[in-house]
Amino acid sequence: MSSRSEPPRALLARRLRRDWSLLLLALPGVAIFASFYYLPLLGNVIAFKDYQPFIGILGSDWVGLGNFSILFDGDPAFLNALRNTLIITFLQLIFTFPAPIALALLMNSLVSERFKRVVQSVLYLPHFLSWVVVVAIFQHVLGFGGPLEQLMSALGGPHPEIIGNPSFFKPLLILQDIWKNCGWGTILFLAALAGIDQNLYEAAEVDGASRWRQLFHITLPGIRPVIILILILRIGDLLSVGFEQIVLQQAAVGAHASEVLDTYVYNNGIVGGEWGTSAAVGLVKGVIGVVLVLAANKLAHLFGEAGIYQGADK
Amino acid sequence: MTSLTRRPHAPAEVGKMIILTLCCLIVLGPFVMVVSTSLADSSQVGRGGGLVLWPERPTFDAYRSILAGGQVTTALGVSAFVTIVGTLLALAVTSTLAYALSRTHLLFGRVILLGVLATMLFSAGMIPMYLTVKQFGLLNSLWALIIPVTVSAFNVIVMRAFFGSLPAELTEAALIDGAGEFRIFWTIVLPLSKPILAAIGLFYAVNFWNTFFSAMLYIDDQKKWPIQLVLRQYLINNSQVGVTDAGAVPPSQPALQMAILVLSLIPIACVYPFLQKHFTKGVLTGAVKG
Repeated sequence: MSSRSEPPRALLARRLRRDWSLLLLALPGVAIFASFYYLPLLGNVIAFKDYQPFIGILGSDWVGLGNFSILFDGDPAFLNALRNTLIITFLQLIFTFPAPIALALLMNSLVSERFKRVVQSVLYLPHFLSWVVVVAIFQHVLGFGGPLEQLMSALGGPHPEIIGNPSFFKPLLILQDIWKNCGWGTILFLAALAGIDQNLYEAAEVDGASRWRQLFHITLPGIRPVIILILILRIGDLLSVGFEQIVLQQAAVGAHASEVLDTYVYNNGIVGGEWGTSAAVGLVKGVIGVVLVLAANKLAHLFGEAGIYQGADK
Repeated sequence: MTSLTRRPHAPAEVGKMIILTLCCLIVLGPFVMVVSTSLADSSQVGRGGGLVLWPERPTFDAYRSILAGGQVTTALGVSAFVTIVGTLLALAVTSTLAYALSRTHLLFGRVILLGVLATMLFSAGMIPMYLTVKQFGLLNSLWALIIPVTVSAFNVIVMRAFFGSLPAELTEAALIDGAGEFRIFWTIVLPLSKPILAAIGLFYAVNFWNTFFSAMLYIDDQKKWPIQLVLRQYLINNSQVGVTDAGAVPPSQPALQMAILVLSLIPIACVYPFLQKHFTKGVLTGAVKG
């Protein structure tokens, strides 16, 4: 009431007295965010240091950009990891990204609601399995002694080597990703599809538009904002490509086919003790990720889409 | 007026149903084989050489010898501990923060909210995260699998939106009657929030049960391995499953492996119907308020 005339310090004290119990409730959450999201950010200084575990972060020597130069002078292992990352992310954008959209369109166009619900509960399931389980299932189904080999030998064909074959590794990753997450990915698209005004379809039908024309002129434009939203969020992860999934299968195919930036950081840093250079790779990767999201969002705004911020305060 | 577009077009409808049924078979088929193999006796597995489609003489021998005690039993216990304690702790930390942030005009509320939202954009990276966990003395402790992930920005936002949608009159009336914030939160807000607590609790629980990589990073001691690390050892690295109580005819390795896999899936199978009920709502609230 009189807050406007109060001096700032008295106002602060009064609000503290009023809100102390709420702030106390917030404290554990804030403490976790501070300790495990913000404090580790500071740990990135070791990207600029010659970090020695027994001396500690503060005691280790500064090396400036030394750790970065090792990477950008063309360390072949790093370049290999970068190349694999870019190939996998490209394959994901082409195959993994559109798959749930197509599946959602297919499910949405079903007339039978009951059948649709059954399909949904089956296809959502693999999302809740761990990568260990998914990889284990794939290895046993497609690998030696599995049903695929049994089927091929019954047909008199050769024994297909898929598991452990470096040239099949990247398609295998994509296949596993689609198997695990495609059904789950349809949720948002189905919600968007349900939100399209049904009168538009009726009007189009009256005007004699075919089902395909309706798809391209009503359905796809109707879910465009959601597609763009998911694409923007995906772009932030362009350099993170299925870390757990790859770590689990790396031993079978070797580093040449399977090393990506995240596994490079793990293998060189935590396994190999190259803390500084690995932290440098992680830092560059993180910064590029944030820049990509912001840039993609900006681009979406330029094209008149909502992006990720608009609507955040509603 | 009835909807014109919902008029079924028979051949197309049947075609779509066939395609989607195939998709379901591709998802479910492997599970049938996993369960069948875990139940098959060793002579049948020996003939097939790997997974079997249907157990001819079903037997629980594989399960019996695994559950007789040993690494798998220990790991299931570890995972149960991490999941139960982790989920309760995560719900407590997430809901209290979300409640405080749902009250408008909270002192520093805006700053805290921005701080929470910002974490959705970046993460510190694996090496700094490892060093932080080490610095807190959590290496080789099960708390390393729990504490760093007891709160996620996404879940805070979803819960805050839910609390914000409760009628403000309830809390105002309680405040006038002299109730403190703790009391309002515990006796009024939480009981009204059971649906969202269930939804987010289930999400947290599934994640805790599936914890793999952080365990691989932070836990060396095999006695503290959660079930996912044991699965990797026996199913992906193909270590021989040791059997303490072999019986007359010891179960075959594939049967033992698949039995471990099935055991690891039982909790997921138990909560899946509840997940079904709650998850769509949770995801959609989060996405809309995102």
